[in-house]
Amino acid sequence: MAAAMPLALLVLLLLGPGGWCLAEPPRDSLREELVITPLPSGDVAATFQFRTRWDSELQREGDTDHYFLRYAVLPREVVCTENLTPWKKLLPCSSKAGLSVLLKADRLFHTSYHSQAVHIRPVCRNARCTSISWELRQTLSVVFDAFITGQGKKDWSLFRMFSRTLTEPCPLASESRVYVDITTYNQDNETLEVHPPPTTTYQDVILGTRKTYAIYDLLDTAMINNSRNLNIQLKWKRPPENEAPPVPFLHAQRYVSGYGLQKGELSTLLYNTHPYRAFPVLLLDTVPWYLRLYVHTLTITSKGKENKPSYIHYQPAQDRLQPHLLEMLIQLPANSVTKVSIQFERALLKWTEYTPDPNHGFYVSPSVLSALVPSMVAAKPVDWEESPLFNSLFPVSDGSNYFVRLYTEPLLVNLPTPDFSMPYNVICLTCTVVAVCYGSFYNLLTRTFHIEEPRTGGLAKRLANLIRRARGVPPL
Amino acid sequence: MGLLSDPVRRRALARLVLRLNAPLCVLSYVAGIAWFLALVFPPLTQRTYMSENAMGSTMVEEQFAGGDRARAFARDFAAHRKKSGALPVAWLERTMRSVGLEVYTQSFSRKLPFPDETHERYMVSGTNVYGILRAPRAASTESLVLTVPCGSDSTNSQAVGLLLALAAHFRGQIYWAKDIVFLVTEHDLLGTEAWLEAYHDVNVTGMQSSPLQGRAGAIQAAVALELSSDVVTSLDVAVEGLNGQLPNLDLLNLFQTFCQKGGLLCTLQGKLQPQDWTSLDGPLQGLQTLLLMVLRQASGRPHGSHGLFLRYRVEALTLRGINSFRQYKYDLVAVGKALEGMFRKLNHLLERLHQSFFLYLLPGLSRFVSIGLYMPAVGFLLLVLGLKALELWMQLHEAGMGLEEPGGAPGPSVPLPPSQGVGLASLVAPLLISQAMGLALYVLPVLGQHVATQHFPVAEAEAVVLTLLAIYAAGLALPHNTHRVISTQAPDRGWMALKLVALIYLALQLGCIALTNFSLGFLLATTMVPTAALAKPHGPRTLYAALLVLTSPAATLLGSLFLWRELQEAPLSLAEGWQLFLAALAQGVLEHHTYGALLFPLLSLGLYPCWLLFWNVLFWK
Repeated sequence: MAAAMPLALLVLLLLGPGGWCLAEPPRDSLREELVITPLPSGDVAATFQFRTRWDSELQREGDTDHYFLRYAVLPREVVCTENLTPWKKLLPCSSKAGLSVLLKADRLFHTSYHSQAVHIRPVCRNARCTSISWELRQTLSVVFDAFITGQGKKDWSLFRMFSRTLTEPCPLASESRVYVDITTYNQDNETLEVHPPPTTTYQDVILGTRKTYAIYDLLDTAMINNSRNLNIQLKWKRPPENEAPPVPFLHAQRYVSGYGLQKGELSTLLYNTHPYRAFPVLLLDTVPWYLRLYVHTLTITSKGKENKPSYIHYQPAQDRLQPHLLEMLIQLPANSVTKVSIQFERALLKWTEYTPDPNHGFYVSPSVLSALVPSMVAAKPVDWEESPLFNSLFPVSDGSNYFVRLYTEPLLVNLPTPDFSMPYNVICLTCTVVAVCYGSFYNLLTRTFHIEEPRTGGLAKRLANLIRRARGVPPL
Repeated sequence: MGLLSDPVRRRALARLVLRLNAPLCVLSYVAGIAWFLALVFPPLTQRTYMSENAMGSTMVEEQFAGGDRARAFARDFAAHRKKSGALPVAWLERTMRSVGLEVYTQSFSRKLPFPDETHERYMVSGTNVYGILRAPRAASTESLVLTVPCGSDSTNSQAVGLLLALAAHFRGQIYWAKDIVFLVTEHDLLGTEAWLEAYHDVNVTGMQSSPLQGRAGAIQAAVALELSSDVVTSLDVAVEGLNGQLPNLDLLNLFQTFCQKGGLLCTLQGKLQPQDWTSLDGPLQGLQTLLLMVLRQASGRPHGSHGLFLRYRVEALTLRGINSFRQYKYDLVAVGKALEGMFRKLNHLLERLHQSFFLYLLPGLSRFVSIGLYMPAVGFLLLVLGLKALELWMQLHEAGMGLEEPGGAPGPSVPLPPSQGVGLASLVAPLLISQAMGLALYVLPVLGQHVATQHFPVAEAEAVVLTLLAIYAAGLALPHNTHRVISTQAPDRGWMALKLVALIYLALQLGCIALTNFSLGFLLATTMVPTAALAKPHGPRTLYAALLVLTSPAATLLGSLFLWRELQEAPLSLAEGWQLFLAALAQGVLEHHTYGALLFPLLSLGLYPCWLLFWNVLFWK
């Protein structure tokens, strides 16, 4: 599985009537929720979602113009508190009340995975879409590591994770809930125990598997009033085994192969671990211009055979203007590994084009995989407004599969780098060479050679020649 | 240029070169050797210093305290290894997973070109186990590697134990910015080569291996660890890699920093570093270390599994724990702390190690000689070849011009009878034959091993070595065969032209070798240059022949073995030396096929034919 995306800051402008935004949404509302998912490895994942909607007088005009669609990516961006603070300020309750009190920077950045996102989009207010609302959706996912944060202990509580507990709901929120994944992984019941015991549970199909969630509603006054705070605790009844975690149906890996500073190969491995279903994947690659791709070397193989993509869109790079864009629709056979590889040559940059740290290497942005992954359990389409927010992270289109977008790891490629202390040496050397060689060569090339007569005969001959010249006869 | 375009001054220069040739050659050779010996004295050898800013000024605090854990891991590992008789893959996987790593295995197999008698292996198949510690919140773009090569014998268990204990300690820390790969390879270097090739998805040596499931981006640096005891008296560091490549000097500086910080006793080439460089004793001791390094680097073989990383531009070195009879011993915690410190500082790296030297010689752990200072030594040696070639060229030229310039100043050489053209056609046969001989030397031993084993009562490895020696010796019979082929011209012009070509060929080869692997170039130049300059078909031929045989590449190898053991204070007897020589020949061929070492093809395709040309000159009729 691809590692952490450095920054998932996606400003998504999706106009056009989506399937789920036709119903009349409530106006000026805030919904917030926290999903806690204990992982079999003993780690625990926490995903916050905050959705704010407000009405707008802006009218939509026709369909989305794809001409204005832009894709940009910063492959190297380390998320830190500087990214968190402005993000928190967008929340109606800031970090004063509700779920956002848990957003404490020193705990959130003590995790093994951190992903933060902002989505903004217009939503239709009625079926004819005559008026729209704007939706601001903020998500934050972190994975707490049992080895680092938990000091090896695999039991978790809100306090242990965030060093805070929940005390009151955000007064502006229309919905404020905590979901805890209590799905039993093995056949025998109850591997996980939650405290306090949940009042209600919720069942749904997420990522193709059936999940059960315990719900804690902060707006339910009984929930907090009993003890003045809510500290949800998770206890494993049987500690999880140290076994390899289950692999998802679709995952990918990307690397640079080869060595040396001239050529290389970009390889992307696409894994389909589904036992019997093949499915198509849309692979989008943007490669900087200074890696000159050889498109004729593009090979796609699955199970040792060539796999012809059903669609290829390639836009060649222009030096210093635009990167390569390669988009392919590839069918992944069931239970297979598909290798997409393309060779490249490293270009020489102008010496002012190098970054201040050229020996670090240059980043190549991740490939983006979009796929409809078949699910094991058929899901029925749900009403998006009624169901929890996290349901729409992996939208289900027709119940038999769900949509996934994956980002592979970014790559670090070394380009041939000059020794930047060299210019001085080069200037000295060049001047010397030019001074010594050029002068001599110029001298040699422009000099005219005369054969000098040996001076024999002396005065008598010179006199004779004078006389001969006077007579008009050629000299001796 | 003005000097050359003026015939009068040119003649004067020519006269100088011709008349003073012999003294100039001797002077130049002596200057070369003297320069090399002077490298160990302070103005030429400098103190090492950390150039990399990211590793220099920051201090780290080592907290590793898992000595007991490391010993327990090592005991378990050794027990499981004894039980299964191979690398206990399942146990390693389980243990690595329990300390929180992402674990993968890789299986590989390789059929060697002929049985390796030193390591007792032929059809090799094994499994590498590696665990990746993912840096928190990072995107797996860079990584560091800690590797332990495990051979077939039961050494290196403590290194595996320490690796696992370090992994457990590192896993609990939050500060990692680069992924760390903990790699345990089977069949020592073969496993490392298989893993590296699979990691970079290339196939250089014909290794068959399964593709890697997990990767961790561009590897920035690697440390190989070899430990076979619970306590060590000193740590030895090896830097020489495949084909004489060296890691960036900063990596060695880093190791040395932590040696000093932890008060560890650290050695280079098994030698302690001299304290006093001002008196004569220090430099003399440094000279021993320097010579040992030159010999090791010249051999072109990877001295430890770090050597294979260098091909992929991964700075790497090997640390070897030595347990000798000294009083004061260090436990695994001290070694672990040094490693922890090194990894934490490498973790700070913003760029690849590139600030410091890549080409250097080391007379001690904290002293180095940079390339600008050692290159003149080999330059002086090669000047001898140049001077000789110039002399021959002038003699040939003067002989050709002889009739046109009767009034020209007579050179010191005897005026030769004129003839049209230098007779390049006559050179084709000896050149071709000696090159063919080199090709036979390169190809036939491995190709013909089965034929040899069918007809003679020898094993394959023996057959290869004996065929090598046989073809090598057969080359000496060449002049008696070739002189019939050559059209009879003026006899002196023939050998002079041949020697001129041979001298230029040798100078070019040695120059190229010295640029990539100084030690090899210098060693070969020291032995081959004087006899190459002397070889001619007049005078005391048997003496020249003996000298030429003594300085042939194979004899240089034999001599180097004796010198190496002498410097290590473990002198060889003649019989032992011969055995070691045969083993070295087999290893050389094997390493070319298994790791891509270039010494064998270089000697057989380049220097041996060139040397045959001189033999040819000597027996010119």
